[in-house]
Amino acid sequence: MSLRRPAKDQPENFKFSSTSLEAVKAVIAKYPKSKQQSAVMSLLYIAQKQNDNWIPLAAMKCIAKLLNMPYIKVYEVATFYSMYNLSPVGKFFVQVCTTTPCMIRGANKLVEACKEKISKNESDLSSDKSCSWIEVECLGACVNAPMMQINDEYYEDLDKDKTLKIFDKILKGEKPQPGSYRGRINNEPENNRKTLMDLKNA
Amino acid sequence: MLKDQDRIFQNLYNDLGPDIKSAQKRGDWDNTKKIIDKGRDWIIKEIKESQLRGRGGAGFPTGLKWSFAPKEIGSRPHYLVINGDESEPGTCKDRDILRFEPHKLIEGCLIASYAVQAHVCYIYIRGEYYIDGQKLQNAIDEAYQQKLIGKNAAGTGWDLDIYIHYGAGAYICGEETALLESLEGKKGQPRLKPPFPALIGLYGCPTIINNVETIAVVPTILRRGGKWFASLGREKNTGTKIFCISGNVNNPCNVEEEMNIPLKELIEVHAGGVIGGWENLQAVIPGGSSMPLIPKEKCETLTMDFDSLMAEKSGLGTAGVVVINKDQDIIKCMARIARFYKHESCGQCTPCREGSGWMWRMLERMARGEASKDEVDMLSDVTKQIEGHTICAFGEGSSWPVQGLLRHFKDEIKKRNKFDPIVKENKNIPYLIDQHLLDKNA
Repeated sequence: MSLRRPAKDQPENFKFSSTSLEAVKAVIAKYPKSKQQSAVMSLLYIAQKQNDNWIPLAAMKCIAKLLNMPYIKVYEVATFYSMYNLSPVGKFFVQVCTTTPCMIRGANKLVEACKEKISKNESDLSSDKSCSWIEVECLGACVNAPMMQINDEYYEDLDKDKTLKIFDKILKGEKPQPGSYRGRINNEPENNRKTLMDLKNA
Repeated sequence: MLKDQDRIFQNLYNDLGPDIKSAQKRGDWDNTKKIIDKGRDWIIKEIKESQLRGRGGAGFPTGLKWSFAPKEIGSRPHYLVINGDESEPGTCKDRDILRFEPHKLIEGCLIASYAVQAHVCYIYIRGEYYIDGQKLQNAIDEAYQQKLIGKNAAGTGWDLDIYIHYGAGAYICGEETALLESLEGKKGQPRLKPPFPALIGLYGCPTIINNVETIAVVPTILRRGGKWFASLGREKNTGTKIFCISGNVNNPCNVEEEMNIPLKELIEVHAGGVIGGWENLQAVIPGGSSMPLIPKEKCETLTMDFDSLMAEKSGLGTAGVVVINKDQDIIKCMARIARFYKHESCGQCTPCREGSGWMWRMLERMARGEASKDEVDMLSDVTKQIEGHTICAFGEGSSWPVQGLLRHFKDEIKKRNKFDPIVKENKNIPYLIDQHLLDKNA
């Protein structure tokens, strides 16, 4: 288990914007009537997206009212799942996978790069307050190790130099190109493909 | 090697495009009505005949699972839930299905929903796969437009709605009952079984839960016949499987191969060999991080299927093969896996919550050579006390890799951690009140 605490400085109020409210309605419609509690996870995402990538307590209270469920139940969910940020993170939120398959392919070099470019400690904001990074558990792209996630996108087949170049870009406020950084196509064996050859040459 | 025409996932590397037109060219949605018109019993019989086993890790026979669903819809509706919460370290097969072969999955959902009489299907995708989930959503929208799902899906007279539900970074939600809790909007903590979800599942209604890969192979099996699928692989371990080969290999990749393929062929042919040559191989984790590792000597002859790996006291799991060569510190690798389990334990059962952290701390010390001799046996004892004493299989998943390490690399640990227990050293331990216990002459 990991310990997760809400941020000390909390905004007083939270209100869903009109575009968010539309998304909220669409999500609630997915579930049977009287089972709207199922929508809590999606609603937390919507709140997180609206509020610069983190969820204040006020948003949880707002969601509890909206779904007609106890506030503690929303708080439980928000603190249980690791993808809900309970304190502010950078506009570019870097998550480096360091679980074994990535580790044995050199994920620690990526962590070094984070420490050099973004901030010395995990979860601290960079000096211009635009980026932050954390180490995370397996992101499910083990064949493309080592890799990291920036906001929603995956950046795969990295090494230290390539990572530093990506960070240069995000520190300038640009969004780098996601995908493999060794020019490989998806999950095929690089230059060693033995299967489905007719399709490749077609 | 498996012939190309026998590969189910023709678009595994996205040579052909994932959109509906390209998918139809590959044979997806080709007269789905004809399959469904043959009836529920025929579908379940054919799946049973194919001997398809669940691809999510446990390898439970799929046809049997479907037959557990109540025969008639009672007062409660039935649900079909697809488990796409792929988080096992070493595994990344479902992601390729979601982004490149979504229509195989959606068509499989329709057939499976019909077989278990569900009108609503939820696909649970891990939150990190947001972009891949969007690609699946596009495919679902395409299918709605073509009237392949929705009211009177594909002209079969069956109504089906498919919704995506995103997880939020909890490994435990890959466990089926935890997944249901999460889908109901609660913390993902597993439920006691029985009652099994087939009778009391989502919202207390009968629910069938299958892995993404299991459902995605169903349409092809029904088109080509259960006998064809059963002719691949060997008895009770039939068909094809997507293997993910990662770690210290020259060309890490996903590849669909026949069950029972030799591990050496998988590594040498498809993944371009171990970095530093076959001699440099140290160990292989054959089925995702929760399966015990296998040392090099056994890798020479090992074949990859459920039963032959079980005989080696390991398992096929999700078929995520992690190759570890001799440049790596094996104890450190396992310590990192233990840290993963410590982080992902849901905290419901004490043996797992406390034990997973305990194992991690001990392994970290052992990797640094700071543990005492007797701690090796203590570690083995801790794993035994977690295994079998928890609500879900996470207890086994976290203790088996450590047991595997102890089984095959005990000498390595003992070589590094030699010193005597602190009590025997007769040191003055400030926090020990009963100093007299250390008296050697007593």
